[in-house]
Amino acid sequence: MSAADTTTPAKLPPETRQAPPSPPAGGPDAPRRKRTAMGAAAVPWALLAPCLLILALVLGYPLVRLVALSFQKFGQSQLWGFQPADWVGLANFTAVLGDGEFWDVVVRTIVFAVGCVVFTMVVGMLIALLLQRVSGWMKTLINIVLVASWGMPIIVATTVFKWLFDSDYGIVNALLSRLPGVEMIGHNWFASGPQGLAVIMLLVVWGAVPFVVITLGAGLTQVPKELEEAARLDGAGAWGVFRYVTLPILKPIIVMLTTLSVIWDMGVFPQVFVMRGGHPEAEFQLLTTYSYDRAFAVNDYAQGSAIALLTVVLLLGVVAVYMRQMLKIGEVE
Amino acid sequence: MSGLSATAPAVPRKAEGSRKPRKSKAGWNLLGLLVFLSTGFPVYWMLNTAIKPAKDAIDPDPSLLPTGFTLDNFRRALNIADFWGPVGRSLVVSLTVVVIGIVVGMLAALAISRFAFRGRKVVIVGILAVQMVPLVAMIIPVFLLLNDLGQYDRLTGLIITYLTFILPFTVWTLRGFIVNIPKELEEAAMVDGCSRTTAFIRVVFPLLAPGLVATSVYGFIQAWNEYLYALMLMSQKNQTATVWLGNFTTKHGTEYAPMMAGSTMMAVPIVVLFLLVQRKMAAGLTAGAVKG
Repeated sequence: MSAADTTTPAKLPPETRQAPPSPPAGGPDAPRRKRTAMGAAAVPWALLAPCLLILALVLGYPLVRLVALSFQKFGQSQLWGFQPADWVGLANFTAVLGDGEFWDVVVRTIVFAVGCVVFTMVVGMLIALLLQRVSGWMKTLINIVLVASWGMPIIVATTVFKWLFDSDYGIVNALLSRLPGVEMIGHNWFASGPQGLAVIMLLVVWGAVPFVVITLGAGLTQVPKELEEAARLDGAGAWGVFRYVTLPILKPIIVMLTTLSVIWDMGVFPQVFVMRGGHPEAEFQLLTTYSYDRAFAVNDYAQGSAIALLTVVLLLGVVAVYMRQMLKIGEVE
Repeated sequence: MSGLSATAPAVPRKAEGSRKPRKSKAGWNLLGLLVFLSTGFPVYWMLNTAIKPAKDAIDPDPSLLPTGFTLDNFRRALNIADFWGPVGRSLVVSLTVVVIGIVVGMLAALAISRFAFRGRKVVIVGILAVQMVPLVAMIIPVFLLLNDLGQYDRLTGLIITYLTFILPFTVWTLRGFIVNIPKELEEAAMVDGCSRTTAFIRVVFPLLAPGLVATSVYGFIQAWNEYLYALMLMSQKNQTATVWLGNFTTKHGTEYAPMMAGSTMMAVPIVVLFLLVQRKMAAGLTAGAVKG
């Protein structure tokens, strides 16, 4: 990386320097400018065209179809084309919203996502702050581990956690049993929903923390040392410095990380799906698995779509906050 | 990077170090060690289980240290179901998606980062927003779409599907890299008589190359790791690498030691790739390029 960084700027100046002696730049440049101004609108749209076309096909069409499906009756017979898909208005939504199980799932999903986000952000912040205080070699060690866990494919991570928490031979039960008075061998973590989801939450947090630590770590280097010093001279303790100096400066990054985490954690799917062997029990269902289940296990594609659409709507508020922040910090200009 | 910062401010750092009591650093390091051990443990335990004899893996009171070294688990993992077929399919899908994504994505990224035109902001916000749609929400219509197109259980279908998340990601990331290349460089080249295209090829492209590589590798990892679409849209006989990992669990139970060997085979190349690009993805590309 550093090689590329240093060689490219070095290479550049000679190229730019070569040109001045050759053509008198003003003459041929003027008409060309005009031409580009005329075709100005056409060029960028031409460049965008392939991208927008592909996105319209692979993303736009399915999105429209998702909305359409949720207002139709679409089951097995419609899938095979035996029957046309009839429009049923809001029937799917009234059916879904009138189902007590749906609301259980919504509450469970929100509690789960909030738990994941809070733990991810708090642990991430603590580790980022800790990294500023440890020795250089320790920092390197922790960074290596963080990037390794960040890079682990979710499916592999899920498989590994399944093994860690195995009831008979899992290392977690074995280690806990070594504590005096604790007998955990044979304990099934997935016998109850809350406990199983707590394990899944741990898995999600473990995978999400590195990104937060590294992003916050980059942000922490931007906090001016003078400000911290000044606050300390004014009598602020460690907490005071953090609360009144560090936190306000990091706020934009924190807002972005939090909104992104909410969006990702509301969309958790493979972790639950694989942990429960492809058939999550009722008390493990989150909105994503619930929608999937409705569509592909019950074969009611329309209700599945309605649930998926409701999930997206539920997320819109969070997405709006994220987009606003992106606009505010000038990332989109 | 770390090398630079370690050598340059050696003197002031020493002074600072002597001001603080040494003890406090040791306390933080102890805490750091705890973080290191707990965060690294899942990865360690995967490797540990993969190389220990299978019978030691089903010890109710396992030793925390390796109990021996064997490659039997890897051999078993390779034999449990066809391994190279799924890997080959994953390679084909991921590479194709990345190539399409990079070519199409670079054109789009250029358009939104180097041209001023009406509707530009809408496109940018759109591409950003599209990335926020949860993949799972799209699985039903995508499944029906591929069913209608006769692309179910085909690699082409999977490639089309993966573009839904790879393409917006590529455009967005490349845009970030291009924005960081100072416009003045191109303008200087154009003043010196380059056309817009030549200016791009001779000035921007070389500077963008590391970003292109990093984005490709990152996109490749994402496509390789995808699970849900691969599971839903491909049949058992056409499964991809991530789905292959499910073969270790059957009705008769799970073969954990070979499964960890399989996990290791899946994870190590990806983690290494990730380690290579992770820093590049974060680093600014042309710091000081207009200094001269």
